[in-house]
Amino acid sequence: MPDKKPSTGITFRKIEPYLYLAPATILVILVFIYPVIKIIQTSLMQNTASGVKVFGFYNYQLVSEDPVFWQALRNNGKLLFSVPIMTLLALVIAILLFEHVRGWLVYRGLIFLPYILAIPVVGTTFVYLLGLNGIVNTMLRSLGIGFLAQDWLGSATWVVPSISLVIIYRELGFGVVLFLARLMSLEQEILEAAEIDGANWWQKHFYVTLPQLAGVIEFFIIVELITMLSWVFAYVFTMTGGGPGFASTILEFYIWKHAFAFRSPGIASALAVVLLAATTVLIVLQLRLRRRSLEEAS
Amino acid sequence: MKPPRYRQSGRNMLFSIPNQLVLLFFSLIAVYPVYYMVITAFKTRQNWLHDQFGLPNPITLQNFADAFSRGNIPLWFGNSLIVTFFSLIASTAVSALAAYAIARFRFAGRAFYFNSMIALMVIPPAVLILPLFVLMVNISLVNTLTSVIIIYSGLLIPFSVYLLVSFFRSLPSELFDAAAIDGCTNLDTFWRITLPLSTPALVTLVVVNALFVWNELLIALVFLQSESAKTLMPGLTTFKGHFTLNEPLIMAGTLIATVPMILLYLFGQRLFVEGLVAGAVK
Repeated sequence: MPDKKPSTGITFRKIEPYLYLAPATILVILVFIYPVIKIIQTSLMQNTASGVKVFGFYNYQLVSEDPVFWQALRNNGKLLFSVPIMTLLALVIAILLFEHVRGWLVYRGLIFLPYILAIPVVGTTFVYLLGLNGIVNTMLRSLGIGFLAQDWLGSATWVVPSISLVIIYRELGFGVVLFLARLMSLEQEILEAAEIDGANWWQKHFYVTLPQLAGVIEFFIIVELITMLSWVFAYVFTMTGGGPGFASTILEFYIWKHAFAFRSPGIASALAVVLLAATTVLIVLQLRLRRRSLEEAS
Repeated sequence: MKPPRYRQSGRNMLFSIPNQLVLLFFSLIAVYPVYYMVITAFKTRQNWLHDQFGLPNPITLQNFADAFSRGNIPLWFGNSLIVTFFSLIASTAVSALAAYAIARFRFAGRAFYFNSMIALMVIPPAVLILPLFVLMVNISLVNTLTSVIIIYSGLLIPFSVYLLVSFFRSLPSELFDAAAIDGCTNLDTFWRITLPLSTPALVTLVVVNALFVWNELLIALVFLQSESAKTLMPGLTTFKGHFTLNEPLIMAGTLIATVPMILLYLFGQRLFVEGLVAGAVK
């Protein structure tokens, strides 16, 4: 405003962006920063007989001696293996869709559908599909390989691979849509040039398509690695409750169990800090990737 | 959206039949669980026991009537609508303001702030729930919709800010210069120029975030423990516990919970696709 004194104008200009940031910052501190500080603090405190809390690594010691913790950690580790599988599948499907004009929109619409379903809904439905007389076992029997039929979610051996499969089922469409969008923005001339030079299907996609998709593939892999550590609670909760025994317990589920079922906040906090530490690696990757994409965009 | 520009040349058309079959195979797998949910929801329990995979015979609407009368599904449904609505309003409003500051101002700490947002996207909610629960107990917000609205609004901020910053930066800077010359304050420019021009980005963001809030389980489960405060997702898990032996009824419940997102998907498939792709890199 013209009649404003320059001095106040300058001061206001200086604090103005911070005013815009303030509401978001308050919420972020409340929902992210405060809990993270608090959880680290709680994990380092232990109750003594006299009721006084003292500093120590007791909770971490208990956690490290707990076989279920190691089981949960291993299970999260096993889930990570579904990431390369779903990436490959999504790539193949995206390339097939890309080469197929006829009906590609319908296929994309159908293949993406699972991604909009709620995990509790997917989990509940798959409990029936993977049950003793569910569709999976029924199909195996009708194919004459009924000896392969299992209680998929009730077997300690098969429960984690089965959950992986359900996660792949839901997340695959996301990858397909991402890759397809990137494929559609590729320069068509390069692919045609490769064809004219006599490249076959595999050569064409391996040497020409894939390198150009590298960025988006990396993005998808990081997002899915984060998912496998941070967003699988609902699958386990609705499909197995961590069982049989603790065979399908994952870190998130075990944190929740200690916090709200066993009422041991110290251990829940130590577990949470371990999970946080595991995701820190991914934070670094995420930062690198997202920064790069913004620089490219601007 | 445009069709793929690259088309397979004629001599390769022979290969297209196996390709179609592969795509058909994956499409069937994708659709089957939904199909199963629908056919089961319209079956009587007797019918389901005798024929799990066939079409319903007779078709019954009893499961839906039961789901509405014997459970708290209408109440939970309403709660989900309230929570989703207010979480989206709050998170979008504060994120748009913050993103505007990051995209349009130069100030100390800008890069740090933005990097923090990117880093926060990775933090698992499971890490946050215990301290938040203690906090909510202390301020008597447990079992209120307010508690989850606050938490969801906060959780959505990092992704929303990220998405909006990249969009705001893509708007032509001449517009902002012109607005400044015409005497617009920064807040005017935000409200009258940035937001209207960003409608597509905002709609996309809201759709993607709605999907997250509507479908979220862990936080709702922890903070909404009383029957009357539950949203649909924790409600469904209770519902499942009550009617374990009535599979068609359970499937009717899950189908009811899914309908809003399916509708959103049918009308705005493009928005989902754009929202998810917009967050990605080239």
